[in-house]
Amino acid sequence: MKGVHLKQVTKSFGNVQAIKDLNLSIKPGEFFTFLGPSGCGKTTTLRMIAGFYYPTTGHIYFDEQNVTTLQPNKRNIGMVFQNYALFPHMTVDENIAFGLKVRKMPKKEIETKVNRIREIVHLGEYGHRKINELSGGQQQRVALARALVIEPDILLLDEPLSNLDAKLREETRFEIKRIQSELGVTTIYVTHDQTEAMAMSDRIMVMENGEVKQIGTPQEIYNRPVNRFVSNFIGESNTIEAKIETVSADDITVQTKDGMRLRGKKQNVSPLAQLDREQTIYVSVRPELIQYGPGENEMVGTISFVEFTGLSAHYLVKMQNFTLKVMILNDGSPLKKVGEQIMLNIPSENLYFLGE
Amino acid sequence: MNNPFESKWSRLTQSPYFIYLLISPLFLILFAYVVYPFYQTFLQSFNGEDTLLNYKKFFSLASPANLEALWNSVYISVFSVITCAIVGVTMAFLLERYEFPGRRLLSVLVLVPMALPPLVGVLSFTFLYGESGIIPRGIQALFHLDKVPFALKGIWGVIVVHTFTMYTYFYLTASAAIKGFDPSLEEAATSLGAGRIRVWLKIILPMLTPSMVAASLLVFMVSMASYTAPLMFGVDRTMTMQIYLARTNGNLEMAATQSTILSIVSITFLILMRWYQNRRNYQNLSKGISVHRSEVSSKPLKMLAVIGSFIGTLVLILPILVLVLISFSVDGSWTVQVLPPKYTFDHYIALFTDERTWRPIWNSIQMSFVATIGNILFGVAAAYAMVRLQFKGKTLLDILIMVPWALPGTVVAVNIIAAFSTENIFAFNQVLIGTFWILPLAYFIRHMPLVFRSTSASLMQLDQSIEEAARSLGATWWYTFRRVVLPLTFTGVLAGTLLAFVQSIGEFVASILIYSTSTIPLSVAIFQKLYAFDFGTACAYGVLQIVLILIVLVISEKLSKGSAGTAL
Ligand SMILES: Nc1ncnc2c1ncn2[C@@H]1O[C@H](COP(=O)(O)OP(=O)(O)O)[C@@H](O)[C@H]1O
Ligand SMILES: [Mg+2]
Repeated sequence: MKGVHLKQVTKSFGNVQAIKDLNLSIKPGEFFTFLGPSGCGKTTTLRMIAGFYYPTTGHIYFDEQNVTTLQPNKRNIGMVFQNYALFPHMTVDENIAFGLKVRKMPKKEIETKVNRIREIVHLGEYGHRKINELSGGQQQRVALARALVIEPDILLLDEPLSNLDAKLREETRFEIKRIQSELGVTTIYVTHDQTEAMAMSDRIMVMENGEVKQIGTPQEIYNRPVNRFVSNFIGESNTIEAKIETVSADDITVQTKDGMRLRGKKQNVSPLAQLDREQTIYVSVRPELIQYGPGENEMVGTISFVEFTGLSAHYLVKMQNFTLKVMILNDGSPLKKVGEQIMLNIPSENLYFLGE
Repeated sequence: MNNPFESKWSRLTQSPYFIYLLISPLFLILFAYVVYPFYQTFLQSFNGEDTLLNYKKFFSLASPANLEALWNSVYISVFSVITCAIVGVTMAFLLERYEFPGRRLLSVLVLVPMALPPLVGVLSFTFLYGESGIIPRGIQALFHLDKVPFALKGIWGVIVVHTFTMYTYFYLTASAAIKGFDPSLEEAATSLGAGRIRVWLKIILPMLTPSMVAASLLVFMVSMASYTAPLMFGVDRTMTMQIYLARTNGNLEMAATQSTILSIVSITFLILMRWYQNRRNYQNLSKGISVHRSEVSSKPLKMLAVIGSFIGTLVLILPILVLVLISFSVDGSWTVQVLPPKYTFDHYIALFTDERTWRPIWNSIQMSFVATIGNILFGVAAAYAMVRLQFKGKTLLDILIMVPWALPGTVVAVNIIAAFSTENIFAFNQVLIGTFWILPLAYFIRHMPLVFRSTSASLMQLDQSIEEAARSLGATWWYTFRRVVLPLTFTGVLAGTLLAFVQSIGEFVASILIYSTSTIPLSVAIFQKLYAFDFGTACAYGVLQIVLILIVLVISEKLSKGSAGTAL
């Protein structure tokens, strides 16, 4: 169990700068997730930590040890690949034992360890199976067992669930989380799926175009995104462009393009936003935080789309200059219809202000 | 952890230039044994009072032997392409699309020409169809004619032999293309109202074009390089024969000039072929659908099919049968008779008991073994570098490896003579000509791409992350290579190795020019026996080679099936 620290790391491939000035500290035992759209540099960062790429500039530390250019086989890491990368010419047990054999462990000890980890990942009877005789989910667990049996200081997983079908994905998600907390190993998890990231992580790093946008706990990132990119990437969100009108000790008032006034709390302003008068600012509201009827920040619009999921009703409500996504929890009341006028209100503490 | 050696070493290995240190042996080998000999020949071609003298001679209209040879080579090659295309594509269509009696046997035998080493193939053809061949004389005797009704000789003989030995290039690519294309395309066109001819012209032929172009370039190249057939049919005026004659007459400068010109033609075709292969891409879009065969149903057509497949079978199997037959004939007994008059088992016994008879076999095995070891080391390393490492100069590496394969064996031999008949550093300051080592070197150069290609094909199928997984689990590069990469690419390496080995055993074209008398290889021994009228022994050698090739083909077939079963 080790901490991981990246200091001013950059990585270029030819002219393409894949990673720009990355600073990051991962605590020992933490479940840490790199989240971002495809091509944003998650894999590149993970591979630098694994040692398959060396940073162009900057340094990487495991605790105090500088591992920037240490070879991958000397880092004591466990890695789970997107396609599992199991050795097709070996059985399940031989795959799991590979790392232990490399470490020249006595046969007896290897056997005990392999048996124990096989139990942990629920592959009890499959030890002698060939890899191609396993299902996708089982292969995934062999890959996990193989990475964990060497008791790595750090466990790295690159989109390990993306090759599984939806149902298995959820199941395996819990499984990975269970095993990780059972063994308490520092884990870095790469995904582009925000639900996965929210459900599993202690902390998340959101990336875009090779840059870190935000690092924080799932709640921080969801409730207090630093910019529009993060707010839209994580969950559903409405963003409304507005201009700052007044700023007082506690409150802040803005005006949207069609002249609508919105009032929110000053504590709900992202640290990156500037609060000058006439400054353009973006108001972010989660759909589930909008309510029916009169109240603070009230507005009237026309329903243009209705969707009922059982748990909740989703509406698209057309205002003059923008459209709001609204989610109302199902309380048994009748659904509104397309074309109907509807009055909505947003409690002022539910508005969040973004600078960019 | 911090010992000074380790830190120096790790600083070296992390340098971006370290990769060039790793691949430098590959380039060194290519430089020493491909580029340097070629360059020596090139230099030699400018020797004389006037630097361009040899080229002026070559292109002089006053003594047009060389120009005529160039013209003949091109002419033979163009015709070979046409006849090979007709035979190969027809065979592919008949065998892939129709069901008729004898199809199964024919579809196995159709590959027989690949099992004949070049010299042995031509040999059996002259025994069968030559001026004193079995078939012409048989017909003559049967019908009491004054002279033989026909005989293979001259340029047409060469073209017939080329057709027989090279149509398989067309056959293989065409049948792969036919297997690969989706019958629903044809059905779609028909359902849209296209007639049979239209479907052919607009759908089937365009789909075949890429593979046909590739095969044409290949056959042209191989025909230009052909040496054995002109030699056996006495066609002196071809490029390869002119080189051979210039060399045996001691006119090394002229041989060098001719070699340079022939090399330029070959390399041009190699580059054309690579360029073309890179842009062909439609085929196998839909996998796993097998074409349905039409039954040949009408009575007269059925008769025709039966007769046709019988003749085809006969033509394909006769060369082997005749070799086996003659291998039992008593040496020197067969003169003017239709068939050899006296038979014996002695030649086969001699193969294993008589030192003078088995010596060439043993020589060839030793020399091929040495060459193949070299091919494995070089081929695996080059394939790994090519597929897995990132460095500048990849295309150059790729082309340099393919060049010796594109160069005619005659040219390779001339290049080796130019480079290694004097002491030089690449031969560890030895004169290689006249020693045991010269032929292994020639075999190594000629068969360089075989292990390389089969290994890189299987490496490409091996996902890079499998190697990375091993590394992340703590394995060193070398451990990973031995325990993961090699076992998973073993079949590819072995297939290339076996092929390189049998090709070396059968190699004749370069051997005849540079063998040393103390270590005569098998193919040269066959040639010499032939000229001493020891037909029996020559054919017994030939049968031995064919058996060897068949064994290798069977093993390769098994391997490729086996690996398909265990792949992920
Ligand atoms: N080996 C490489 N060579 C060149 N460019 C690369 C390489 N690996 C990644 N990149 C580039 O770096 C960027 C980030 O890629 P990656 O880390 O794989 O993204 P992600 O895993 O977030 O989808 C992409 O623009 C990609 O094209
Ligand atoms: Mg990725």
